[in-house]
Amino acid sequence: MIELQNVAMSYGGSELLSEMTLKLVPGSFHFLTGPSGAGKTTFLKLCYAELLPSAGHLALFGQDVRALGRDDIAGLRQKIGVVHQDCQFLDHLSVAENVALPLSVARRPVDTAELRELLGWVGLKAQAGALPPQLSGGERQRAALARAVMMSPDVILADEPTGNLDWEMSLRLLSLLVELNKMGKTVVIATHDLNLIRTAKSQVAARVLRIANRRLQLAGADL
Amino acid sequence: MRALFALFPADLSGADRVVPPTGFTARLTLLTAAAMAFLAVFALALSLATGRLAERWSEALARSATIRISAPAEQMQAQTRAVLEVLATTPGVATYRALEPAEMEALLEPWFGPDLPIDSLPLPQLIELTETSAGLDADGLRLRLSAEAPGAVLDDHTRWRRPLVAAAGRLRLLGLLSLVLIGGAMAGMITLAAQAALAANVQVIRVLRLVGARDAFIAGAFVRRFTARGLAGAGIGTALGMVAVAALPATDEAGGFLTGLGFAGAGWLWPLIIPPLAAAVAWLATRAASLRMLKGIR
Repeated sequence: MIELQNVAMSYGGSELLSEMTLKLVPGSFHFLTGPSGAGKTTFLKLCYAELLPSAGHLALFGQDVRALGRDDIAGLRQKIGVVHQDCQFLDHLSVAENVALPLSVARRPVDTAELRELLGWVGLKAQAGALPPQLSGGERQRAALARAVMMSPDVILADEPTGNLDWEMSLRLLSLLVELNKMGKTVVIATHDLNLIRTAKSQVAARVLRIANRRLQLAGADL
Repeated sequence: MRALFALFPADLSGADRVVPPTGFTARLTLLTAAAMAFLAVFALALSLATGRLAERWSEALARSATIRISAPAEQMQAQTRAVLEVLATTPGVATYRALEPAEMEALLEPWFGPDLPIDSLPLPQLIELTETSAGLDADGLRLRLSAEAPGAVLDDHTRWRRPLVAAAGRLRLLGLLSLVLIGGAMAGMITLAAQAALAANVQVIRVLRLVGARDAFIAGAFVRRFTARGLAGAGIGTALGMVAVAALPATDEAGGFLTGLGFAGAGWLWPLIIPPLAAAVAWLATRAASLRMLKGIR
């Protein structure tokens, strides 16, 4: 699904990530941890081809990202749901329209009942008509997660999705991601929250990856 | 539940809504398209009017000719008679007549004033003729006149007609060139407005990319908006231009060339192609600007 072989990423001449080798198979569940600035967000950006590796081989759904055009990458992103750290919404559209945006972009019809159900699940039914700037930080993260799963993507990449949420809402969102994983979706969550990781490991066979010293390590045994 | 339904717009898949409304570029595009369409109406009117003028001058001068007889006084009458006899048997001559002394006096009056003693002046005799629609063989007529009336000279107005028709043709070309320049200027200004709108919406484009939007989707949203603005602006400008042209004084009131600037008959339909053309220019300009900019955003 997503395969990295000796991938390196450099910014302005200095190497931020190096020798990263990983294969995300369908139905796998991964947590990504590491200190701030270790490169977790950069790693996720590589996984949805917003960034291209400066060295190594990166393939999305079996296709080498270097050989893909912008439209090819856009097509692949329709199979990847991304929860960005800073959420990123279209501020002139309502929450409902933002959540339905992946469907609009893919020119698919919007099932309003399904959309309402999803908004209800993330606790945003009452905010469906509100504009994103009117939402709190936690509400924005919930809306971003709803948008990421709206298309029922094959892969869900979430960058600190529970950073602004209370524990109860964090657990609800984790349950949603676990349910999606049980349906065969591949999930990668970048987080600092060890309690969340421990809780998840009791529900799903999650692997924990850690970025340290620019390299990716399997850290499950440490938790 | 009904209240909740009301919160969802009817068309959530409306691709054009992904571009936020931008007042400055919207107004600029609308105003540019309106102003350019207004000017285009006048350029088109000039082009069509000069076309008609060239045709009219050409036709009026081509259908008439003058024969001038310069001969000693004692031969004048005989040569005039000989010319009239030649004209009577020349194919392509519709009417002909020798000008009366009073008519000759009227022709000279603007230069020499009234009460001209025309009898005492050695003036040539003028014979005016008009051609049939088939036209006459001017060279053949000249040959016959040189044989029958050596003092007769045929002037078929060619030397007047050619420069007049050429001038009118150039004016028409100027009108068409103006239309091309107006179209180019409009494309340039709409491109600038589109680039400003795209630059102001880089974050929107990034979000659309994040959720898997292809170039055609993003460009299409901008292109449709600018095309609609171009069409609306050009529609307004064209309507105002047509009203302004219609308000010009009529030709028969003043009779000058400039007052003949306007549309005639079915010619009033020509300005109606300006709004679709402006929309096409806006479509092309915005699409090119959008695709150029999207190349830089992954």
